[in-house]
Amino acid sequence: MHELSIVMSIIEIANGEATKANAVKIDEIELEMGLLSGIEMSAFDFAWQEAVKSTVLENAERIIIRPGGKAVCLECNNSFDLDSLYSPCPVCKSHFINIIQGKELRVKSVTVE
Amino acid sequence: MCATCGCSSDQHHEHDDHHHHHHDQKTVIDVERDILHQNNLLAERNRGYFDAKNILCLNLVSSPGSGKTSLLEKTLTDLKGELDFVVIEGDQQTTNDADRIHATGTKVTQINTGKGCHLDSHMIFHALQGLKPKENSVLFIENVGNLVCPAMFDLGEKERVVIMSVTEGDDKPLKYPDMFHTSTLCIINKTDLLPYVPFDINKAKENAKKVNHKLEIIEVSCTSGEGLSQWYDWLKSKVPVPEMVG
Ligand SMILES: Nc1nc2c(ncn2[C@@H]2O[C@H](COP(=O)(O)OP(=O)(O)OP(=O)(O)O)[C@@H](O)[C@H]2O)c(=O)[nH]1
Ligand SMILES: [Mg+2]
Ligand SMILES: [Zn+2]
Ligand SMILES: [Zn+2]
Repeated sequence: MHELSIVMSIIEIANGEATKANAVKIDEIELEMGLLSGIEMSAFDFAWQEAVKSTVLENAERIIIRPGGKAVCLECNNSFDLDSLYSPCPVCKSHFINIIQGKELRVKSVTVE
Repeated sequence: MCATCGCSSDQHHEHDDHHHHHHDQKTVIDVERDILHQNNLLAERNRGYFDAKNILCLNLVSSPGSGKTSLLEKTLTDLKGELDFVVIEGDQQTTNDADRIHATGTKVTQINTGKGCHLDSHMIFHALQGLKPKENSVLFIENVGNLVCPAMFDLGEKERVVIMSVTEGDDKPLKYPDMFHTSTLCIINKTDLLPYVPFDINKAKENAKKVNHKLEIIEVSCTSGEGLSQWYDWLKSKVPVPEMVG
């Protein structure tokens, strides 16, 4: 359950931002978690529920943006969408690809009062 | 927590150039920070330490029981005298693996992660303070047996070695793509059992290459010793050449 470590890191970042802004709680947090980032959402939600109790994020509204996978084929230069790390290039079927989107794991913004 | 590594949560003073948008009384703060920022930062620190001391650090990952400790036992014994080794053992419980390493005469530190399912760069940072690996040594980190969670956590290693064994499915790379995607070498272990299991080794290699076209693959048996010399050659080829004095 590495999702718990991920949630703990988010809490740490949120805490730092709340402290800097002299806020005691965060109203909203915007996260970017790519579809290829290796996060299992049900595990993430479960970890979130448990971990945010008594923290600045306890009642925060969560907005999760999930960028889809995108890659560039290194054989034929074709850009394409992919839904797994092992999707081949649809044009030439090559696995020599470079993933350019979908692995994001970021805290984009927090909203405080 | 500790002052040496700056790991306490009140240490985020960077990014003071945030944009603040005000809506009513609410303020939106643009954070734009990688969630793994803290781990990556300490991983880079570890990497800097390894570079400075000319240490080759390898992170060994696999499902439970694929043969990480067995491969280490063989390697530490067979290459004793040729290379200087140190080992960090990560396990949720027990010091069994560390004891096995200790029995080969190699310096070893145990990290018990308790409920934690992976090592992180912070644990390694602290382990290094106790271990004090010598210059020009080879540091093996045996991660917790788990093919999912350790994938995301850079420890500062130079090489990540994923081990799978022929008693597992040949579709393992497709089921756990993240680990194969982030590794540099894949060792397929327990090849002595190939006659007894329905494991298609070519299929397994093909699947691993689908996930990571750069992945190198070596087949070994820790029991019979078959293929180990290829692994040793690979390992020696990765050892950085110490800078000549004068
Ligand atoms: N037949 C066969 N058995 C092996 C081989 N390598 C390891 N084993 C056996 O596989 C079992 C697990 O090996 P370990 O080296 O403890 O595996 P590990 O990956 O360190 O396991 P954890 O640390 O618990 O995740 C042991 O019983 C080994 O003797 C091999 O090449 N062939
Ligand atoms: Mg072991
Ligand atoms: Zn192509
Ligand atoms: Zn610390």
